[in-house]
Amino acid sequence: MLSVSNLTKSFPSPEGAPVKVVDVAEFLLGAGEQLALRGESGSGKTTFLNLVAGILAADSGNVMIDGVEMTALREAGRDRLRAEKLGYIFQTFNLLQGFTVLENVLLGMSFGPRGADRAHAREMLGRVGLGHRLNHYPRQLSTGQQQRVAVARALVNHPRLVLADEPTGNLDRRNAREALALIREVCREQGAALLLVSHDEEVLGGFELRRDFAEVNRPALEATR
Amino acid sequence: MTLPLIVYRSLRQHALSTWVTAAGIALACGLLMCVWMVKTQSHAAFTQANSGFDAVLGARGAKLQLVLNAIFHLEASPGNMSAADAEAIRRHPMVKTAIPIAVGDNLRGFRIVGTVPELFTQVEYSPGRKFILEKGGVLFSADQRQAVVGSFAARRLGLAVGSTFRPYHGLSFDPKAEHAEVFTVTGVLAPTNTPADRVVWIPIRGVQTMSGHDPKSATDVSAVLVQLRSPAGGFMLDMMYNKQGNRLTFAYPVGAIVAELFGKIAWFDQVLALVAYLVALVAAGSVLASIYNSMSARQRDLAILRALGARRRTVFGAVLAEAAGIGLLGAVLGFAVYAALFAGVAQLIRAQTGVVLNLAEWHPVLAICPLGMVAGCALGGVIPALKAYRTPVAETIAPVS
Repeated sequence: MLSVSNLTKSFPSPEGAPVKVVDVAEFLLGAGEQLALRGESGSGKTTFLNLVAGILAADSGNVMIDGVEMTALREAGRDRLRAEKLGYIFQTFNLLQGFTVLENVLLGMSFGPRGADRAHAREMLGRVGLGHRLNHYPRQLSTGQQQRVAVARALVNHPRLVLADEPTGNLDRRNAREALALIREVCREQGAALLLVSHDEEVLGGFELRRDFAEVNRPALEATR
Repeated sequence: MTLPLIVYRSLRQHALSTWVTAAGIALACGLLMCVWMVKTQSHAAFTQANSGFDAVLGARGAKLQLVLNAIFHLEASPGNMSAADAEAIRRHPMVKTAIPIAVGDNLRGFRIVGTVPELFTQVEYSPGRKFILEKGGVLFSADQRQAVVGSFAARRLGLAVGSTFRPYHGLSFDPKAEHAEVFTVTGVLAPTNTPADRVVWIPIRGVQTMSGHDPKSATDVSAVLVQLRSPAGGFMLDMMYNKQGNRLTFAYPVGAIVAELFGKIAWFDQVLALVAYLVALVAAGSVLASIYNSMSARQRDLAILRALGARRRTVFGAVLAEAAGIGLLGAVLGFAVYAALFAGVAQLIRAQTGVVLNLAEWHPVLAICPLGMVAGCALGGVIPALKAYRTPVAETIAPVS
């Protein structure tokens, strides 16, 4: 499902010299697998996810998603691939505050292959327990409910791969457990692979498959030495 | 659904700045359309409003003054001409109809014009249209102190059949200058949408023999309104009166002479148009500023859309469509501004000249101007749209962990 090889990304330091943030020799994730990556803040986890999602362009290396080489695509192609095959759940939810719950999910669909399907969006929101909050705005929801909207938006297009960046980082314990269970459950239902990054041991502990990001990413490994 | 939804929500989120900017555009659009339409319609109306006459003969003076006085009932008369001169042109073989008029009095600011009944029975004030009296009215008798009142003047002065009045001396209203003679209204003219609507018409003898007028000029007339048998007659009479003679002025053709007036006040049109263009420019600039200023607050939303799979050109298009949307809103509101301004100006022109401008009349500028505004606003949206286009998704959307 996901195959990463020799992926690198550098950013210029304040002094101007490039600083390598991501250097991943190889990373694999099978279809339908659920893997948790453990990593400290600043270890390059988000950059890695952004590279996999095609939001950031890599300096070198390959990212292959569901048989398509993301890194060989131009930006518009990466946008299309992201809309068609990926779901992204953010720590800060990244909901559009000026749009209703239903519209947030519809927007998530509208760039995908099937386009905006109101009935399916309602169904998905019902699945995450928000069928009665369709016309509410994000600010009218609790943080736990907002993360549910984000989950619905990420999964409404039936993605092949779901990326989750500290998805429970802004939630209290109870909401975190519920949100995590929901993400994993819906991914399982849809047969989507899940790549989750977190530094929270309680979150990581629930995963059968988990890896230390420092094992995967050379700069992170060097930082721990 | 995506683009319209994004545009609609964004406009709603910034409702105050949207409305303020749209109001500026509406003002510019309405002003531009009004200036253009008033200019176009008044030019057409004045140059075509010859009241059915081809030419005017009067005392030696400026042709424009003669036409304004005799046809539009504005300005002072350049002087009198003798009855013999009036009779001479009436008998000229190239002249079909000659209607003498005499001016010099008013009724509370509305001009009193002395003329002959043939004006109402023989002359078509526009092709196929003759003067019609409202029900119950009859024409005045040439030798009686009677009057026929134009529709606008009758309404403003509160005159109806059977009403009586005493004229005031001069073309401007002076309450102390009341004449002794009492005239009785015998008829009210149906609206003609010409300057005749603003006139109180009485027999020409009534003006000539009014108390206080010089008895020596009791047979003089102010001008003669002329219908020609052919255009060739106009050139012949022009030669005769203007080039060979030096006592009288023959103003022909009426439309071309009125067009001179518009030539003289063209600078005023240009100033108005310039003001309107500047307002339009400022409005387009305000669209740019308004959207550009809101971009910082919206960059995160745009980055989220990009993260969801929206392409650069989609967010570029959304911002451009938003700018065009503000322009469209302004253009629609602009029609209300246009209607209000035009109605006010048209009312003023009608009150002053009797010429009627039509709010509902179609002109391409009514499409060009709003479309131009929308295009201008979209153009104003290009810079903020480029900013949206270049929004760095990863940096904007989340802090790197």
